[in-house]
Amino acid sequence: MSILSKEFWLQFSSPKTFYPVAGRMIPWFAGGAILLTLVGLYIGLLAAPTDFQQGDAYRIIYIHVPAAWMSMFIYIVMSVYAGMGLVLNARLSNMMATALAPTGAMFAFLALWTGALWGRPTWGAYWVWDARLTSQLILLFLYLGYIALQAAIDDPRRAYRASAVLALVGVINVPIIYFSVQWWNTLHQGSSINISQAPKMASIMLTTMLIMSLAAWLYAIAIALFRVRVIILERERHSDWVRDLVGARP
Amino acid sequence: MKTRHKRLAFVVAGLGALSLIAYLIFNAFQGNLLYFFSPSDVVAKKAPIEKSFRLGGLVEVGSLKREDDGLTAHFTVTDNVQRINVTYKGILPDLFKEGKGVVAQGKLEHDGMFRASEVLAKHDENYMPPEVAASLKSAQNGAKSPAPAANTVNTEGGRKL
Repeated sequence: MSILSKEFWLQFSSPKTFYPVAGRMIPWFAGGAILLTLVGLYIGLLAAPTDFQQGDAYRIIYIHVPAAWMSMFIYIVMSVYAGMGLVLNARLSNMMATALAPTGAMFAFLALWTGALWGRPTWGAYWVWDARLTSQLILLFLYLGYIALQAAIDDPRRAYRASAVLALVGVINVPIIYFSVQWWNTLHQGSSINISQAPKMASIMLTTMLIMSLAAWLYAIAIALFRVRVIILERERHSDWVRDLVGARP
Repeated sequence: MKTRHKRLAFVVAGLGALSLIAYLIFNAFQGNLLYFFSPSDVVAKKAPIEKSFRLGGLVEVGSLKREDDGLTAHFTVTDNVQRINVTYKGILPDLFKEGKGVVAQGKLEHDGMFRASEVLAKHDENYMPPEVAASLKSAQNGAKSPAPAANTVNTEGGRKL
């Protein structure tokens, strides 16, 4: 089968084909994530210079910004999967959306938590109700609502449909978070990285932040694949291939 | 039209309607979403009178004066257009500096003095090692830049305030 043909790619939308492929990919992504996290944390916490205004307090940026980016990006990916599941009735898409939600929630929480720890020494407050912080808190609630709604409905197909609608409605919040610092007066500072402008960070700081972001990406992929394998086994437990698989390894 | 095309059209139309609703809502609430008012807003009487609100801007260079009790501070908040005098009794955050951003919560007195009950520092999105900041500053001073260096490091952030 040619790698360019539609059939080649479509076969991976079947949980049966995807299950072993995901299993083979996990170690690479997990290994890459560990390696890049160690490199990124070493440079970020020890090797990178201090900041001219904030001293060492700025170093939390190496966790805060990647976590905040991932929380928004995972939400978009999750709602695309949920939307595909809704429109195409694709089982694996629904499963992927479900598998991504806890990771997205974790990154959203991490962004809020590290932000609070950063805000206290620099702004003088753990929490303020400005547009950026409030919309990010709403993102965490959207993730939790998505997880809770899915868990509350017993019939998986109805659960997927209801939670997909919630995910799609919530996607409107992502651009609001991202542009909140431009649209409104906020205590939160603007973005250091913009498409149209030169980065407002020293290059070693920027490189380290990008290393940590890549690590967060690889981690998110590895853990989502891990989780989706469990979901596949659970959802397809009555199919022959799962019975064979489980029977072969008692 | 296949069922899944219909469903796709449904999702797309739903998202479109949702964006429109969100746009209209945020347009209507524009003023209420502002975390703080600028000195120009206050002079233009857009800020609430007799009620507590937040004032944001830059601490004017050379305006910070502390009283002998060590706690009470007087400074001027400016957006490079208008200026508001502020008085505050309490501990200022570490990043509170002349020429840097600040957000103060408090009330405007009848004499035009803003009495703050809480002062937060608003830092900008520039990050660099101290040596780079120092060399930038000296390069600017060498070029006989008329504006104080602390302001020019982040002219854009200052304008956004």
